[in-house]
Amino acid sequence: MSRYTLATSIFNRFTGAALSLGLVLLVYWLMAVAGGAAAHARAQRLLCLPLMKVIYAALTVAFCYHLLAGIRHLVWDTGRGLERAQSQRSAWAVVIVSALLALLVGWCLWQHQVHGP
Amino acid sequence: MSLTTPLRQVLGLGSAKRGVHHWWQQRLTSLALVPLSIWLLVSLLSLPAYDHATVVAWMGQSWTALLLILLVLIASRHSQLGLTVILEDYVHATGMKTLSLVLLNFVHVLLAAAGVFAVLRVALGGGA
Repeated sequence: MSRYTLATSIFNRFTGAALSLGLVLLVYWLMAVAGGAAAHARAQRLLCLPLMKVIYAALTVAFCYHLLAGIRHLVWDTGRGLERAQSQRSAWAVVIVSALLALLVGWCLWQHQVHGP
Repeated sequence: MSLTTPLRQVLGLGSAKRGVHHWWQQRLTSLALVPLSIWLLVSLLSLPAYDHATVVAWMGQSWTALLLILLVLIASRHSQLGLTVILEDYVHATGMKTLSLVLLNFVHVLLAAAGVFAVLRVALGGGA
């Protein structure tokens, strides 16, 4: 069964493409900050829309997954973990650990919004 | 009759060891992005607020500015390499493929330049 490894590979591409949009958002935000207080306030209105919270949540999941799946690829590049059983185990490990990590980051974001850091 | 040897005729043809360039760049950028992206996430989460003055003070710190510039440059390269592979795999019409790869290239250069410009402008106190 190679279905896990197939799914993790496709999801790695998908999350990577999503994070490219995250990079666009990051640069947009940086440009807004550089543009001065008024430009920043205008961008802030867009970046604080309720819809953006959904996007930030999706980007958080995408980041956590892509980070761990990327580390898995880097380990593979050293020639380790390529056996079928090992790569199935690591596929599950990436899914579970990235889900936990995304929950942790999401919780931090939530706390930040409620109380500040 | 040609006087060149068969070896002379083939030397220099082929990838000349540059075939792995894309692969190697993708690995280098991903390795660099592991600490850089974690730094950005932790750093953003530890900001007390996201109002203009706070963010400007944050971006004005030398290390923040330096790491942000590295992150924007390396992430742009990483993103371009990754999206290039996706386009090459899924866009099959030759004209469309070339056009989308050119656009991808331009957009990423723009992203990298805008990111670096914005950070420098704030860090060096030109605007804001």
